Amino acid sequence: MKISDMLDETLVALSANKVRSGLTMLGIVIGISSVIAMVSIGQGAQSSIQASIESIGSNLLQVRPGAMRSFGGQVSGGRGSAQTLTLADAEAIARKVSGINAVAPEISSRYQVTTKGANTNTAVTGVTEAYPIVRNVKTENGVFVSDQQSKTLAKVAVLGPTTRDDLFGEGANSIGSLIRISGIQFTVIGVTEAKGGSGFGSQDDVVFIPLGTAQKYLTGNEYVSTISIQGQNSDSLTAVQTKVTDLLLDRHNLSDVASADFSIMNQADIVATASSVTGTFTTLLAAVAGISLVVGGIGIMNMMLTTVTERTKEIGLRKAIGAKRREINIQFLVEAMLLTLIGGTFGILLGIGISYAVSALGIIQTSVSIPSILLAFGVSAAIGIVFGYYPARRAAGLNPIVALRYE
Amino acid sequence: MIEIKDVTKTYKTGVLEFQALRGVSFTINDGEFIAIMGPSGSGKSTLMNILGALDTPTTGTYFLNGQDASKLEEDELADIRLSHIGFVFQSFNLLPRTSVLRNVMLPLIYSGIEKDIREERAKVALLAAGLEEEHFGHLSNQLSGGQIQRVAIARALVNEPSLILADEPTGNLDSKTGEIVLATFQRLNQEQQRTVILITHELEVAKHTDRIITIKDGAILSDSFTRSGNNQK
Repeated sequence: MKISDMLDETLVALSANKVRSGLTMLGIVIGISSVIAMVSIGQGAQSSIQASIESIGSNLLQVRPGAMRSFGGQVSGGRGSAQTLTLADAEAIARKVSGINAVAPEISSRYQVTTKGANTNTAVTGVTEAYPIVRNVKTENGVFVSDQQSKTLAKVAVLGPTTRDDLFGEGANSIGSLIRISGIQFTVIGVTEAKGGSGFGSQDDVVFIPLGTAQKYLTGNEYVSTISIQGQNSDSLTAVQTKVTDLLLDRHNLSDVASADFSIMNQADIVATASSVTGTFTTLLAAVAGISLVVGGIGIMNMMLTTVTERTKEIGLRKAIGAKRREINIQFLVEAMLLTLIGGTFGILLGIGISYAVSALGIIQTSVSIPSILLAFGVSAAIGIVFGYYPARRAAGLNPIVALRYE
Repeated sequence: MIEIKDVTKTYKTGVLEFQALRGVSFTINDGEFIAIMGPSGSGKSTLMNILGALDTPTTGTYFLNGQDASKLEEDELADIRLSHIGFVFQSFNLLPRTSVLRNVMLPLIYSGIEKDIREERAKVALLAAGLEEEHFGHLSNQLSGGQIQRVAIARALVNEPSLILADEPTGNLDSKTGEIVLATFQRLNQEQQRTVILITHELEVAKHTDRIITIKDGAILSDSFTRSGNNQK
């Protein structure tokens, strides 16, 4: 028997029972399409989280103070509560550690910010000139805070777009306006570009003021809450981290890492953690979709078994006119495989359609990957073989004499 | 030529043994039109299965055109059926919802014959079986009983078998249609010199043939030429 004839016979057999074939395929269509859609949504989530992590700056290291301890050393005040980092530490890092683009110390705290007729509670961050470089912040209107202003303790402020909207109304020109932070009057000199509120808190709802001003008028001491360091490239980031650790330990007169009064967060670590979280999430989604694929496969087996029983007489006839065991076996196997392959093709198209729809509706930016399509296709073919094998074997094993008499 | 010698067939069901054939021997020459007759339970179906290479005898030999078909494996038997035997069944056994031509071409698919040749040969066989050309494209369930059986005969003919085995071919037909089908076998036997074996329990049907072998309780009761057969020979 030729392959073309085999396919022809199979197509005729499948189209003889269109409704049943269609419904059986539907199981596979749903299974395959949900695998593809789920994986694409998972990968979309992964890249969107990655993008939002990158948006806080690239090749970033963040040094934060360690936990504040009481004198007995027993009660921990929580990480970042201690006041151990100073502007001098940041300057030392910039001076002594190689492989660094910029160092941006900052001090951040929440204050009530008021203007004529409006007020809001927002994060007021004292920064230096390097901050926009390190943290990937762009100024939309006006200018950003300069080191000169930090030194001269200038009372100037740069608003995040959300804060600007809250205080002055949406899109209003606020340059030159006056605001009060904790009762002290500041002049607005710029507004930053919107970055989107994804990730860890909105980066748009913020007020930037010179670091020196913040230390002098708001916190009243010389400590900083975070030192952000931008490495020259991602490969050297770990080496920079080690050098910064050594330098700070030395400066703080500490002997080993275990007693460090600061901690360093490496952006690569954050990305890796987020990736592993979304990876797990994607696997979970795919596993749930995979279950529906298995159920679809069992549907195929069920239909094939019904078909074999229903067509017992036909199988008997085919054997009587000279069909060999192998030819019957292959015919029914091809039938099952064709069901899954047609169903799989529709499933792939539907899956791609769903993920495009999800993107178009703006729920999440999905990405359909070629490997997931290939995998889905391979799985559907495998399901055809696995779940078609037993019914086909049963058909091939029928005794023609018994099969011909079957009613 | 068909040579059956001392053929027995024993069925075992657990400890029970049932001997369906108890030593049957006969020879059928090419071009004979013959009926194998007997009541149900006589062993004629078992004999037909062996003659049709659907089954093998427990003991004894069966030579079909000089080839020993009594000790073959399943797939070798399938080969014998494919190239030497055409079956016509009581219940027709056409593929449902399938066109007449497709039904007749089915054996040719398994012989691996090219598609255009298949259609040509199927048409020749259908005309030989006496089906009008207008029905060739019809589906099998759009035909009358007599037409269906002629499609089945065409399917049996299409591979040019040396033996046509018809198992109660008129069993599901009214007597008038049955006559037409029997006349078709007669014509094929006379015009194309095909060996035709009818398996039947009706003497009326058997009388259309040239020779009647009667079986009872697994053994041959009589083997005689009918008057029509004697007249011809």
